[in-house]
Amino acid sequence: MLNYQPMQLEAPDEILTILSRDARTSPEKIAKMLGRTVDQVTAAIAEFERLGVIKHYKTIIDWEKTGVEKVIAFIDVKVHPAREVGFDKVAERIYRFPEVQSLWLVSGGYDLRVAVEGANIREVGRFVAEKLAPIEGVMATETHFLLRKYKEDQVVFVDNEEDTRLVVTP
Amino acid sequence: MNNDQSDKVPPLSKIARELAPSGIRKFFDIAAKMHDVISLGVGEPDFVTPWGIREAGIYSIEKGQTTYTSNYGLIELRQEISKHLDKRYGVKYSPDSEILVTVGVSEGMDLAMRAIIDPGDQVLVPEPCYVSYRPCVSLAGGDPVGVVTTNKDDFRVSVAQLEKSVTPKTKAIILGFPSNPTGATMPRQALQEIVDFADKHNLYIISDEIYDRLTYEGEHTCLASLNNAMQRTITLNGFSKSYAMTGWRIGYACAPPTVLTAMMKIHSYTALCAPITAQKAALEALRHAENAVEDMVMQYNQRRRLIVDGLNAIGLKCHLPAGAFYAFPSIEATGLSCEEFAERLLYEEHVAVVPGTAFGESGAGHIRCSYATSIEKIEIALERMGRFVEKVAPELISKIKADKTTVIGTQPAAT
Repeated sequence: MLNYQPMQLEAPDEILTILSRDARTSPEKIAKMLGRTVDQVTAAIAEFERLGVIKHYKTIIDWEKTGVEKVIAFIDVKVHPAREVGFDKVAERIYRFPEVQSLWLVSGGYDLRVAVEGANIREVGRFVAEKLAPIEGVMATETHFLLRKYKEDQVVFVDNEEDTRLVVTP
Repeated sequence: MNNDQSDKVPPLSKIARELAPSGIRKFFDIAAKMHDVISLGVGEPDFVTPWGIREAGIYSIEKGQTTYTSNYGLIELRQEISKHLDKRYGVKYSPDSEILVTVGVSEGMDLAMRAIIDPGDQVLVPEPCYVSYRPCVSLAGGDPVGVVTTNKDDFRVSVAQLEKSVTPKTKAIILGFPSNPTGATMPRQALQEIVDFADKHNLYIISDEIYDRLTYEGEHTCLASLNNAMQRTITLNGFSKSYAMTGWRIGYACAPPTVLTAMMKIHSYTALCAPITAQKAALEALRHAENAVEDMVMQYNQRRRLIVDGLNAIGLKCHLPAGAFYAFPSIEATGLSCEEFAERLLYEEHVAVVPGTAFGESGAGHIRCSYATSIEKIEIALERMGRFVEKVAPELISKIKADKTTVIGTQPAAT
């Protein structure tokens, strides 16, 4: 079973907003931005990490620019839910594969949406045919290959436009 | 031959000849020619207008909405402005007779002056203040009377000061809070006292509240919401700052019907109406952009604390501005005048700031630093400014360093 207990916050802490936009913002800088002490900020972050509110820090990379070939596919999966555990059991069997980057339960014609990453189309195809489709409870799949990234996690994948404002204005 | 001809051209008007050029203009010309300038001199948001608003503007063009509107502005927009002011401040302006959509607050200020000022009338202008207030009074034939505010009072204006400057010729007072350039805001009680002062001397109050949403400490008070204020107040506001819409040139004026009708008459001959595309976009802004506003305000607030902390750390004493997006530190400790400071900082460290005197003589000894720029740029600017201060006033920095060693731990942003 997935253990989900929402944390009781009066208002979302601005520390989280700052880190969600730039995980490398230092506690010293956050302290200045929010008018708190460095100790307060460090303690709050440690607490968020302990509670699992902050899950992980990652970097968004434009792999295309590095020349690394990667294939990403979104696979919609129709699932026959099992008694008592619903979709969780099937979800667990799917997300354990290291190829699976993300997995969501969604509404609509399909139940699960899987994001899979592989070196090439063949590899992803094999994953779907040999690993995903045969899982008990999986009734149907529909695979969408990613063709181009425009924006990911609020980051636009085209180069920023210049600041066109006049240098000094009233 | 040509020269001969131009000699025969009549002279420009006295008012145009005597109008002082903007103190900012001079500075802009130098800065614009330099590369690698980090500008803290910009008086407009670095954010682009939120996409939903831009999209509404585009859609209106696609639909072929390219006509004039009513002189007053689109009725839907006036209704939405009326609702907005009622909801936020409990101020009730009638969309039919008390709201005029203008080409920014700039036009609103001009209309207000022309509607109420006769030649020889005096207008009290607390300074330092936005660059257009004095010229707008002069253009209407009036005499601006500066009322000095200082950093000792957090650049707030008091009735005691106003009483010293009021004469039988005084017709109005212009208030611009939150303030460009000082970032000062006025507490509700102090504003009520000014309303009572205006009541006593029978003055109009022109309240420029363009930065109302950018208030970080406490709540903004809409002047018209105070007791007895409505009948003598012209409220000016717009979309430029809250919604990052400076280039759309869209604002509004609210006033009692007699005053507003006079302003509308002038507007109908000089501007006819505000651009319809901007009006459509403004409508979208009021209806669906609250989240975007709140996010921008949050980011300005973070930068505000960061820049004020940074300025104090390099010896430029700075009160915590409660509104707008400007820090207004004193540079007196460096021994330079604000013009020298700004000019040398630009030439030697490629950081553009605006000398305080651009906003009135009482701005002397200060510079305006806009934090409507990214945190990364603010940090680089602070680093360069620190280097500059160290060069021109080394003793200032060593004093701060000596003070710092006595403090244990890091303190939150100075207030």
